[in-house]
Amino acid sequence: MITVEHLSKTYGAFRAVDDVSFTCQPGTVTGFLGPNGAGKSTTMRIMAGLTIPDSGSATIGGVSYRDIPNPGTQVGVLLDASAQHAGRTGREILTLSALTMGLPKARVDEMLALVSLSDSEAKRRVKNYSLGMRQRLGIANALLGDPKILILDEPANGLDPAGIHWMRSLLRAYANQGGTVLLSSHLLHEIEIIADELIVIGNGKIVAQGTKAELLQGAGAYVQAADNAALAAALTQGGFTATPKGDGLSVDAEPVQIGQVAAAAGLALIELRGADSAGLEEMFLQLTATTQREGVVTTGGAA
Amino acid sequence: MSAATSPVTIQTQRPGVPFSRLVTVELRKMFDTRSGFWLVATSLIISVLAAVAVIAFVPDSELSFGIFGAAFGTPLSLFLPIIAALAVTSEWSQRSGLVTFTLAPHRGAVIGAKAASSIIVAVVAILFAFVVGALGNVVGAAINGISPVWNLDVLDVVYLFIGNIFGVLIGFMFGVLLRNSAAAVVAYLVYSFVLPAILSLLAALQEWFADIQPWIDFSNAQIPLFNGDTLSGEQWAQLGTSSLIWFWIPLAVGVWSVLRAEVK
Repeated sequence: MITVEHLSKTYGAFRAVDDVSFTCQPGTVTGFLGPNGAGKSTTMRIMAGLTIPDSGSATIGGVSYRDIPNPGTQVGVLLDASAQHAGRTGREILTLSALTMGLPKARVDEMLALVSLSDSEAKRRVKNYSLGMRQRLGIANALLGDPKILILDEPANGLDPAGIHWMRSLLRAYANQGGTVLLSSHLLHEIEIIADELIVIGNGKIVAQGTKAELLQGAGAYVQAADNAALAAALTQGGFTATPKGDGLSVDAEPVQIGQVAAAAGLALIELRGADSAGLEEMFLQLTATTQREGVVTTGGAA
Repeated sequence: MSAATSPVTIQTQRPGVPFSRLVTVELRKMFDTRSGFWLVATSLIISVLAAVAVIAFVPDSELSFGIFGAAFGTPLSLFLPIIAALAVTSEWSQRSGLVTFTLAPHRGAVIGAKAASSIIVAVVAILFAFVVGALGNVVGAAINGISPVWNLDVLDVVYLFIGNIFGVLIGFMFGVLLRNSAAAVVAYLVYSFVLPAILSLLAALQEWFADIQPWIDFSNAQIPLFNGDTLSGEQWAQLGTSSLIWFWIPLAVGVWSVLRAEVK
């Protein structure tokens, strides 16, 4: 269990983390979601004792990270896969970690096999690694000490689709065995499939948290009719707000309500669905809109 | 979900990471990259080359163990501090500290292990240089048909060790103070080659400075150590005051900042 309470960290005038509180429960995968520079990495560095917060606390199992004896065997941390001495081989990096934790060398081979880094790849120096290979090495490093708690910053970044799929199953298995997993991403679709809980952060503040279903409540629905204009008029008459989106309409109503309106008006529908990942994406963009670098237009995009 | 699974608790009673293991890891890190390996190897190769040069160029009548000692002492005193500085700075410059300080969050222990492993490397390198020097002395004497001259006494050897270990600690100090490889190496080179010249120049031009120079010029105060002279009480005192300015205070500031600095 990871507990973050009223965490704040300021760099000069810039408030990187602003009164952030959340918990990660055992047996769940928690997704930490936010645009670039939202404060995810700073929060995770504070959890691992690498950055000292201005106020608030981050504890793991009720203990401050630096009070965990031989922490690598209890908490697996991957903060930046590229943060390695470029001149070391992949195998050497794992060997150094295994030596520090007091693990047998055989564990290094097990981990290399687990993340599918071949023998010849493991002998290469990290400067010759692709980002995906560095991520695999970083994940191997985090799992080396067989920890029950994982803190992973952007672990899917640079992985190929097969790699992302592999990582999802791995983390799911970890959580199912009672492990606690916290992983961050700036890409919603990367973690919405795996995460049981989502924490959305923007501008250093938590803007939403809960399960995917909780977050989607009241997110509306998408509908496409043969005659969109007529349906929009009917919906507006029914007291709903319909805005054009893609080839159809985005409506602040439950699918069943839209269906009733369409049936009553005798309009043929082509497509009707509740807010799904696309809706979540839209919500994510809206929640973090004030913190985005770009002025994101959330309406009118492809559905 | 959470109710069904047994809660994962952090065990605080497990053994931590012992200091000896950290020293082993830090020693390994000094050799496991090409740059690290060649830095150490070069310092050893140069001491061999120095021995060859002494045999080739020093007149037969002056060939002695002391000459060999002086010949390899200079390159070692240049290389060893850089090895120590890079051991610290690479954690920040190469960002490997992100993993190092996550696996061993007590940074004081990690930094201490780096200092210890730097000193171990220095001692081994000096011992190696002594063996090379002794061999050179024997070979040189045999080539020239004279009997080898063993003119280094125990005190000379002790001072040579102390002097070089001090140099290593200076490099280490610049490492913790600057936490940047390039800056630490440049600072060390300026400190050891430019600063003494400036201080001497200042002393030559300003009489008042000439009086205080021995008390604030650390490299000047160390010269007796490298020459193997017996130090007087005043010389020890001057070593004390100058080391306070150029070593102890910046070291304290550096260690304090390393313990608090953000690792990112």
